[in-house]
Amino acid sequence: MCSWDEDSITMGVEAARDVTSLPEEVEAVILASTTLPFAVRQNAGVIAEALNFPEDVRTMDVGGSLRAATTSLLAALDTTSAQGGDVLLIGSDNRKARAGSHMEMISGDGAAAFILGQDGLGVRFLGSATINDDFIDHFRASGDKYDYAWEDRWIRQEGWLKTVPKAINMALQKVGLAGSDIDHLIVPCQYGRVPDSIAKSCGIRESSVVDTMIDTIGICGTAHPLLMLAYTLAKSASGQKLVLSGFGQGCDALVFEVTEAISHSQPNRGIKGWLNRKVEERNYDKFLTFSGTIDREFGKRAELDRPPALTAQYRNKEGVTGFKGGQCSQCGTIQYPKTTYCVNPNCGAKNTQQPHAMSLTPARVKTFTADHLVFSMEPPAYFGLVEFEGGGRMMVEFADLDPETFDVGVQTRMHFRIKHIDENRGMRQYFWKASPE
Amino acid sequence: MASGIRDKVAILGMGCSKFGERWESEPADLMSEAYEECLADAGIDSSQIDAAWLSTAFDAVNVGPSAIPLATALRLAYIPVTHVENMCASGTEAFRGACYAVASGTADFALALGVEKLKDTGYGGLPARGRGVTNDLFTPTVSAPGAFAQLATGYRGAHRVDKKDLKRAMAHVSVKSHANGIKNSKAHLRREISHEQAINAPMVAEPIGLFDCCGVSDGAACAIVTTPEIALSLGKTNVVAVKALQLSVSNGEESGFNSWNGAHIKTTRIAAKKAYSEARIKDPRKEISATEVHDCFSITELVTMEDLDLADEGSAWKAVLDGRFDADGQIPCQIDGGLKCFGHPIGASGLRMLYEMFLQFQGRAGDRQIKNMNYGLTHNLGGHPVQNVSSIAIIGHYNG
Repeated sequence: MCSWDEDSITMGVEAARDVTSLPEEVEAVILASTTLPFAVRQNAGVIAEALNFPEDVRTMDVGGSLRAATTSLLAALDTTSAQGGDVLLIGSDNRKARAGSHMEMISGDGAAAFILGQDGLGVRFLGSATINDDFIDHFRASGDKYDYAWEDRWIRQEGWLKTVPKAINMALQKVGLAGSDIDHLIVPCQYGRVPDSIAKSCGIRESSVVDTMIDTIGICGTAHPLLMLAYTLAKSASGQKLVLSGFGQGCDALVFEVTEAISHSQPNRGIKGWLNRKVEERNYDKFLTFSGTIDREFGKRAELDRPPALTAQYRNKEGVTGFKGGQCSQCGTIQYPKTTYCVNPNCGAKNTQQPHAMSLTPARVKTFTADHLVFSMEPPAYFGLVEFEGGGRMMVEFADLDPETFDVGVQTRMHFRIKHIDENRGMRQYFWKASPE
Repeated sequence: MASGIRDKVAILGMGCSKFGERWESEPADLMSEAYEECLADAGIDSSQIDAAWLSTAFDAVNVGPSAIPLATALRLAYIPVTHVENMCASGTEAFRGACYAVASGTADFALALGVEKLKDTGYGGLPARGRGVTNDLFTPTVSAPGAFAQLATGYRGAHRVDKKDLKRAMAHVSVKSHANGIKNSKAHLRREISHEQAINAPMVAEPIGLFDCCGVSDGAACAIVTTPEIALSLGKTNVVAVKALQLSVSNGEESGFNSWNGAHIKTTRIAAKKAYSEARIKDPRKEISATEVHDCFSITELVTMEDLDLADEGSAWKAVLDGRFDADGQIPCQIDGGLKCFGHPIGASGLRMLYEMFLQFQGRAGDRQIKNMNYGLTHNLGGHPVQNVSSIAIIGHYNG
């Protein structure tokens, strides 16, 4: 589960930052999600600014079905081949489900990001097939919180087992491959034996079927095909062929070949790295609170109304969203945030700050506390002073820490998170929090 | 026996930011804009400031509490800094603090800076806020125009002025200020309005219309004060000294006891009398060269002329229509456009008024220059006609 301060935008940012050598600029940022935080406010645009891409980047939000990410992948491939340049594709979802429902049990929250381009490809796209089919396995009306699903037996038999093999066979035929040529088959399905049956229908050997990770991360909505792709590529070898499918009112089936460059294309952490970092939560009450399923008493300190000052937010977005501080061109001191006068008492120069990106700079804990009094969605609230390597310091909120090991001197890195949710106006303010490496 | 402030404090330099909808500026940017001009004008270094006073009225929606925002914005050298607030009279309040520090001999150079950022609320007009938990149980929910509109109906009633005549006089006040504002490159509003436009403007709070209301602006203004002796020793030749500084605060009588007539500001009258005495001014109508008064609304300026004894009781409306307070009149009022056109960033206004007066005495007011400045009076009013804070400052050439 994601924390109260994570959503499809924040997870998307962190997934993108997991790309080793993320380019400084891309042609487009595409965000696929069925749980976009904003119906109006370009979600991919927030991600683009958090990654400090230049302003002339195309941003696109795609939703509507659980195959939005694979469809976006096809669109992104079209863009790079037509225009050149790189495209950042992100699939990100944190789906809500009713307490006690089957969907609650099988769902997970997650995001995966890929850079698509022309050169140095770790994976080469061979071809695809798409079927559009208004098969309503489950649906959610705009503005509604929960999906409504039909019977699992029908979904399995009349949906997955009919449409997915059809699309895969169409794709294989198009690219001139047989099922036996496929080394990895990705079917992001919550039903246990469906991927195996589909493999059989396509002449693909059972050993090629990729683990859905339903027991470790759950099915992460539209992000899931991309998460399974990342998982697969972490253990693929050059020359291997893989089929990636996405299912939701039809099916996308994409065929790829792994290249030699795959070893240089791995993410910083990847599925394995993030799972190593996990904290197990056994408190169902906390899960229900974070997902907004229960109407919890938060106490009077939570009543403080903080209207968003959109003018101030806009003026400061380079520092707040982009996490750029300043470096004094006179004395070299780095500070966060940027100010008119240099913070160095031996300098104090005016208007000498050059914007300085700091979201990747490690920061060490200098002081901290666990505050049980201040309102927090996950009390106690951890905050304190961190010092950035190379200069700069700030008072910051901490996230994802282990109370047993967290202490002065711990090295942290900044993560993009929700700072404050304004329930009255439906606004959420994003900022960076420090989390142990 | 207290001897008053007269000629004990000199204004060494002043600064003022451009007032207006400063979307791209943080309060810290406005502060440094005014401060840098002020330091250059004073000819001293930031490290020489001994103490500072910060004036902001709506800190909750802009800089935040305490005096720390001023110290951090300007990187002051860990000196004493005080946040003062007396609603719209905060600017003069900061000036008082700085002046008294110098007059007491505890500071050589003291800074008074007022700043307000009103345009981060997302709506026009002043930020809405409570007036204190108990006050909110009793007082009607009001707007500032509504509160000052009371003064208009009170004035009409007390002096039997015809509705149309008062509206015409109010319009004249605004037309005059708009004409003055055009000559001021730092003003927020810089366009002429006609008498008809003022009269026919949309109603805000009967009888106050849109053009009877001052601008809602972002801005900062500041002053550095010192002793006249230090000013002279630094080579300043045209030393401008503080002649009077008075403050008067309502004690509840206007709103509870059946005496006040609703047609004047009691605190302004008391402060004015004390200020004239402190400055040794016997005949204000002859000795005051110009005024910058608190024209939050046109009616306030009109009534203030009587409160400052620059017009006879009940006849200010006629004096206004006669042009006595126009730019070419006997006693120009709001020569820089006033709150009406220069704008009203609450905490900065009292200091902005002094800024214009200071420029006038220094002969640096360009197109707006008034000949033969003798005494300049600024008037800063916070609160509502029925309960308020009034401050008056009079400055003039130093004659020690």
